[in-house]
Amino acid sequence: MARVLHVENLSKRYQLGSLDGRSFFTAPTAAKTFWALREISFSVAEGEVVGFLGRNGAGKSTLLKILSSITSPTAGRIRLRGRVASLLEVGTGFHPELTGRENIYLNGAILGLSRREVTAKFDEILAFAGVEEFIETPVKRYSSGMRVRLAFAVAAHLDAEIMVVDEVLAVGDAAFQKKCLGKMGEIATGGRTVLFVSHDVASVEALCRRAIVLERGRLCFDGTQTEGIAHYTAMRSGGGKSLRERTDRGGSGEVRVTGLEIRDRRGQPVAEIQSGAPCDVVLHYESSLRHPTLAAQILVTTHVGAPVFTLANWLTGDEFRDLPDRGTLVCRIPRLPLPEGSFRVSFQLFADSGGRDELDSMTHAAALDVLGGDFFGSGKIPRISAGVCLVDGAWTAE
Amino acid sequence: MNSATIAEPWDKEIVPRRGWWDVPVRELWRYRDLVLLLALRDLSAQYKQTVAGPLWFVLQPLIATAMFSLLFGRMAGLSTDGTPHFLFYMAGMTVWNFFAECVNKSAYTLVRSAHIFGKVYFPRLAVPLAGVATTAAAFLIQFAIFLAGLGFYLWKARVDPAVHVDPNWRIVLLPLLIAQAAMLGVGVGLVISAITTKYRDLMLGVGFAVQLWMYGSSVVFPLSAIHGDRLRHLVACNPMVPIIEAVRFAFLGQGLVTKAQLATSAAVSVGMLVAGVLLFNRTEQSAMDSV
Repeated sequence: MARVLHVENLSKRYQLGSLDGRSFFTAPTAAKTFWALREISFSVAEGEVVGFLGRNGAGKSTLLKILSSITSPTAGRIRLRGRVASLLEVGTGFHPELTGRENIYLNGAILGLSRREVTAKFDEILAFAGVEEFIETPVKRYSSGMRVRLAFAVAAHLDAEIMVVDEVLAVGDAAFQKKCLGKMGEIATGGRTVLFVSHDVASVEALCRRAIVLERGRLCFDGTQTEGIAHYTAMRSGGGKSLRERTDRGGSGEVRVTGLEIRDRRGQPVAEIQSGAPCDVVLHYESSLRHPTLAAQILVTTHVGAPVFTLANWLTGDEFRDLPDRGTLVCRIPRLPLPEGSFRVSFQLFADSGGRDELDSMTHAAALDVLGGDFFGSGKIPRISAGVCLVDGAWTAE
Repeated sequence: MNSATIAEPWDKEIVPRRGWWDVPVRELWRYRDLVLLLALRDLSAQYKQTVAGPLWFVLQPLIATAMFSLLFGRMAGLSTDGTPHFLFYMAGMTVWNFFAECVNKSAYTLVRSAHIFGKVYFPRLAVPLAGVATTAAAFLIQFAIFLAGLGFYLWKARVDPAVHVDPNWRIVLLPLLIAQAAMLGVGVGLVISAITTKYRDLMLGVGFAVQLWMYGSSVVFPLSAIHGDRLRHLVACNPMVPIIEAVRFAFLGQGLVTKAQLATSAAVSVGMLVAGVLLFNRTEQSAMDSV
């Protein structure tokens, strides 16, 4: 298939600090520089939908800014075919004093549409945003949700050959997010090339067949979506290293955990799991002791490290005696009591059920990304702002 | 891969630095609707939720003209070449305001639109172009008032032989003169805009410098009031002087301007525009990293 985008050895260096205080009369001090991108190369074929994964500061946004000509690279080059439309932040250029209608035209023009093109799509945009009644109202009187919907609607109806999308789905309510994902899928199947940047693994999984993973400005993975997500998840939990290679651990080392994974109800290792879904936390271990007796515990914390809950086999009353030298320990959670958010799993292994004689331990051994789910069976999705843990319960009046 | 690699027809190349002459003119044309909509946005947003609305376009120059007539005409007794005060100052003011606004709007382009430029790409020159369009609209309204005043004095001249106004065929040159002022203004503004992305202090001086420039630009005095050929030539080197003098000569019949001065002024204007556009185009590419 024909390539529409070819990136060669792209690098971008930023100057840190110093620029703010610079004036005509003070010479620029020897500024610290930092490479946001280092020698990135890849090409994209027509109609491909590529997800860009990476932690904050990995260089994703810089890459997209260069692709959409907002800033220029320091070295390397990009060649491309067709128009590039970037949805880096929706609603850019909305003027609060202008009406919804005026803003649709203005925003369309900023994104490269002619007035005629906007007119042709006007009704469609309006229907998608669902703000028909307020179309002659100044945008400053819109709720933030309405503003976002309107902005996304304009952007989603662009007809550019290459669409650059950055985290747009982080806005709006769940229903609208779903609608946006649907629209993105539609665009993708319509034969257009989409470059999709997110740290939300779920939306990359839903939309992209190919994934590119960036870390500290370098391209560290380019391949299928499944492998890319696995790579990214592993990287996020262990700084790019597998558990076996990690040395940030405690204990005597006579027994070692060589892998930790989260499995869904079908026993498949997954990158994230839904609120309220059953899941297993699986520890793979290797022992230098013969027929070890082990005590294991996992601790789930929030991504900032606040403990949420602990599961230890001596607390649940399960015992592990005369185990094989290498094997797996499975901790079953029938209903995951976590709201949507990012969590970490730490583990400890002991030779003794009292929490003495530590054999192995590791903080933040794996990431546990929880997707919003219908925990209470009520059709409502509980939010992490209401508490980091979900508890079964019901309300009645007496 | 070898030399048999299929040559793909690339439309666009993104490289660290575009060439000096690589100005995206064709792209600008494609975004012409944006220029129009930006201009309309500025015009309508400016006067929404104001009491007098677009009346401000009219009031500002009228009040300024009244002030000038009082201060410079009556109190200081500066010459107006024998033309009615109102017409003399109004002619100078409208042309000067148009030029000054072109400078201001262009000078603040990169800094004021940074929030948009940092998020979405469109040819950056669309913003100063829209500024010129907005300014031109304001100029047309103000100039219409001037023409109304001219009509009044022409009628008055019939009954009162002391009133001298003598519009002539040269009024057809007005669009050219205005275009020249626009080129000069945008050129100066873009140069300032390009420099201010790195050196903010210049921005503080822009408003002040433009104001000073006005007092050297035969807005409140006619060129003929300058005594001595040398000094007069020196003042006429200011490219705005021949423009203003030419407008007054065309509409009022009084003004001191030679073809050579006009030609020089036009050349300076074009040169300034080219310099401004090139410098701006060059700076704009990395400007978003520093503003």
